[in-house]
Amino acid sequence: MAGEKKQGLQLLGFWVSPFGQRCRIALDEKGLSYEYLEQDLANKSELLLRANPVHKKIPVLLHDGRPVCESLIIVQYLDEAFPAMPALLPAGDPYARAQARFWADYVDKKLYDCGTRLWKLKGDGHAQARTEMVEILRTLEGALGEGRFFGGEAFGFVDVALVPFTSWFLAYEWFGDLSVEKECPRLAAWAKRCAERPSVAKNLYPPEKVYESICGMKKRLGIE
Amino acid sequence: MSSSPPVKLIGHFASPFVHRAAAALRLKGVPYEFIQEDLENKSELMLANNPIHKKVPVLLHGDRAVCESLVIVEYVDEAFDGPPLLPADPYDRAMARFWAHFMDTKFSQPFWLAYWSEGEAQKAVVKETKENLALLEAQLNGKRFFGGDTPGYLDIAACVLGPWIGVLEEVTGVTLVNGNEFPALCQWAKEYSSSEALEPCHPDRDRLVAYFTENKEKYKMMAKTMLQQ
Repeated sequence: MAGEKKQGLQLLGFWVSPFGQRCRIALDEKGLSYEYLEQDLANKSELLLRANPVHKKIPVLLHDGRPVCESLIIVQYLDEAFPAMPALLPAGDPYARAQARFWADYVDKKLYDCGTRLWKLKGDGHAQARTEMVEILRTLEGALGEGRFFGGEAFGFVDVALVPFTSWFLAYEWFGDLSVEKECPRLAAWAKRCAERPSVAKNLYPPEKVYESICGMKKRLGIE
Repeated sequence: MSSSPPVKLIGHFASPFVHRAAAALRLKGVPYEFIQEDLENKSELMLANNPIHKKVPVLLHGDRAVCESLVIVEYVDEAFDGPPLLPADPYDRAMARFWAHFMDTKFSQPFWLAYWSEGEAQKAVVKETKENLALLEAQLNGKRFFGGDTPGYLDIAACVLGPWIGVLEEVTGVTLVNGNEFPALCQWAKEYSSSEALEPCHPDRDRLVAYFTENKEKYKMMAKTMLQQ
């Protein structure tokens, strides 16, 4: 393509990983071209192990060969290394930036782990996970407030951090016997709004596929 | 220029997480009022300003509340003038954030368990902690501080390896960071703990020893529970 500058960006990811999807969405939102390298997590490549020797996990961003690891750190790096609009973290507003970091961190600390317990556990453990999931979703809806997106009018850092998990909502609903629409209508509306963005539509897998992949994981772990 | 609204830090003297916030304020030259929190009897002020996690530290800047220690450190870096805590280059910033995140994730649990657990389980977490310490040792790479000539974001994030190490060794009898295996970290700990800029927010050693001694049995029980999960 004429005028396209080679920036030497590569992303090591795994198709269903919401953490990898955060990076893909951020790259697309920033209008950055990159090479995507799907990883086999059952048989980790030399490239992955060299790029992330500490955690041996995806996603890893390589920028001219230099690795950046951890999805939210990658997203912040992209925002800072490529400061042209749109900014994912609100520029020039330290408090808004702090709130964005706080809520992205909240998603990291709470959501994936609770979701995992929802499909792994039975009995009391499952019941507790269900209660927690509803609380987490309600808390996030509270943080969303009346805005179109978490940062207000513009799609930003927290939206990027959370939106990949909207593909997991269906799985949470089926495993948790709950309804996101019923518990958190504004959050459900936000998810639909995000899905209209090309970066999100392009990079998220259909919820049914996510559900299938979790069922696959359960089978491999011998969980019924 | 109008004066900045008052800054308060709700915290606990023994917490390295609280120290991170205090250290950031000191290094930026921001005056603040420290409010000691009774963690057994949490205050209305703290709970109202951190309803999500109900933990310290909480930074109050006028009517703004900022929670989570590393979020506070970045906020302080951005909201106030003074020497920058994070490096200027985006890649260096990503590296500093990566290693701070490492401190709070992979490093943290085995580190605490190494002091408070026993037997075979303890041997395993000591081994893991030493592997993690070796990674941090390598990051110093001949520098005085992780941030270079002066302490910065990652030094603050790694503060538990400073004033707390000697205290934990004394209270538990477990030595992890020895001069033979980790000479750079030992030197860093001396530099960090004796930094003039940070001296006012370093915890009083005797008070810290008393605190950990008092809570020894509680931490040992917590370690047992964690290992059973």
